[in-house]
Amino acid sequence: MSWPQPLPILEALGQAIVANSAGALTSYEVMYGEVNLTGPATRIVEALTNLRDNPDFRFSILVDVCGADYPERERRFDVVYHLLSMVKNLRVRVKVQTDEDTAVPSVTSVFPSADWYERETFDMYGVFFEGHPDLRRILTDYGFHGHPLRKDFPMTGYVEVRYDDELKRVVYEPVKSVEWRNWDFLSPWEGAEPGYAPLIPGDERAIPAAKEPGK
Amino acid sequence: MTGANAPAKDNDFFAPEVVGETKVRKFNINFGPQHPAAHGVLRMVLELDGEVVERVDPHIGLLHRGTEKLMEARPYAQTIPYFDRLDYVCPMNQEHAYVLALERLMGVEVPIRGSLIRVLYCELGRVLNHLLNITTQAMDVGAFTPALWGFEEREKLMGFYEQASGARMHANYFRVGGVRQDLPPELVQDIADWCQQVPRVFDDIEKLLTGNRIFKQRNVDIGKVSKEEAQAWAFSGVMVRGSGIPWDLRRSQPYECYSDFEFDVPLGVNGDCYDRYLCRLEEMRQSVKIMIQCCDRLMKTPGPSLSLDNKVAPPRRGEMKRSMESLIHHFKLFTEGYRTPPGEVYAAVEAPKGEFGVYLVSDGTNRPYRCKIRAPSYPFLQAMDWMSRGHMLADVSAILGSLDIVFGEIDR
Repeated sequence: MSWPQPLPILEALGQAIVANSAGALTSYEVMYGEVNLTGPATRIVEALTNLRDNPDFRFSILVDVCGADYPERERRFDVVYHLLSMVKNLRVRVKVQTDEDTAVPSVTSVFPSADWYERETFDMYGVFFEGHPDLRRILTDYGFHGHPLRKDFPMTGYVEVRYDDELKRVVYEPVKSVEWRNWDFLSPWEGAEPGYAPLIPGDERAIPAAKEPGK
Repeated sequence: MTGANAPAKDNDFFAPEVVGETKVRKFNINFGPQHPAAHGVLRMVLELDGEVVERVDPHIGLLHRGTEKLMEARPYAQTIPYFDRLDYVCPMNQEHAYVLALERLMGVEVPIRGSLIRVLYCELGRVLNHLLNITTQAMDVGAFTPALWGFEEREKLMGFYEQASGARMHANYFRVGGVRQDLPPELVQDIADWCQQVPRVFDDIEKLLTGNRIFKQRNVDIGKVSKEEAQAWAFSGVMVRGSGIPWDLRRSQPYECYSDFEFDVPLGVNGDCYDRYLCRLEEMRQSVKIMIQCCDRLMKTPGPSLSLDNKVAPPRRGEMKRSMESLIHHFKLFTEGYRTPPGEVYAAVEAPKGEFGVYLVSDGTNRPYRCKIRAPSYPFLQAMDWMSRGHMLADVSAILGSLDIVFGEIDR
């Protein structure tokens, strides 16, 4: 059980998982010494159950569930599951895509630990989980509006709170005390390396097929 | 006397017509958000049947600062300090996970001296954390003295933090490619000396607690976790080792230069609060063992403690006075910073509480596109509900204490 696992083993693992999943996981990719698996969101429960119960993998721990937002995509959200197998000493990452309206099946029935992680993903991104026992907000304030980790949510938020001495309570007001300062330090002369950095206006003339961010 | 106040015949004071049927009252109580045993700002809504806990609903997020969102708007170098503020009990261990993630993305090598210093300070952080946890857990169940004795040692350790980084807690010491500044030999000697004398303090704390009748009554067989439960609820660190699963990332998925060191991984048998306490106590001794080996090697290993690649690590001040190239490198690093190639990594370290992971998505710019911080105590607190069920109200604080939670990292 060496670590990090050599690349051929990871390649073989990715192949075996995809072949074993009966279509619940469609593709794999080995990047930076880690196995990324992707599949349709509707079959995530089946995919994770297989990863957990298959004696060849035994991913018994769901380390983490989180979201990621790519607004320019048609289905803008990724839901990312990190799995760990203590017996085989392996890690994999499973990614599925969804949008604001489509619910992802909850995996709380497979891994009870998914409960709070899915609540957090819902809170931060507004991704719905179908079949979750208690999909409340978890980290944000009581009565909070919006989903803060979405890329279109302003960094400063919408409301600020202060204690009002006359009303003798905490009041919510539109943000006015902070102004968001966004320093853009990206050098315009180096931004256009293919596959690196987002385009800055004018770059498209130099490199016609530069890669867009997040794809 | 007549009526209800009249004594019952034959002086039977406990007859039903005297005391009446006792109605079982169910209570809903708020534990926290300001409660000394809540270890921070935790509000737990407890549903009690008499004194027996029926349901626990932790309300978290009172310390939510939006770390992950803030990080998306800053160059990498400016995001490292956020990690000190997550688990503020052992700050450098968090930084470690983050710089490991960045190094994986960029393919940066750390010079051996830098690596040794990191290990030294991570183990120092482990002692910091366990000293706090053990002693406050004892405080939660009624013992006050261990906290005073433990904090004396913590104070010295924070002194070592300060001597290395300039800050007692929020160190901001780890950098991509090593650590910010080399340690002076005197400091290494001081830490080595401290390692020689500290086992006596561990012995003292152990004498106070391990055999203590009250401590045992409050902790043995409380909050039991089986091996299966520990896995289903995504536990890590002492929470799985206390249940007897030999799993330590330093051993099973070694990072940095942990594979060079000799240390044992203590395991519990019963998976209760008491076993977890014993694990932590032994882990501190093992950490000191690693620190001694580190100090030995540091004294024999000269060399850079930060990568010499000026594309990621700033040049030394002296060079900047002489070399134009160094000056440009410095300027570039402190304005634009370094860029990471596009891709995603998950780097995990064995933080004192458990597996602390950083899931980093990069789009090729100088700031993280998405950074998910996987805090070990987040799943621990989630388990409060089923762990406390059927226990008495007083056990809630004992269980909470042995989970080892800190709200900086749960709420992020």
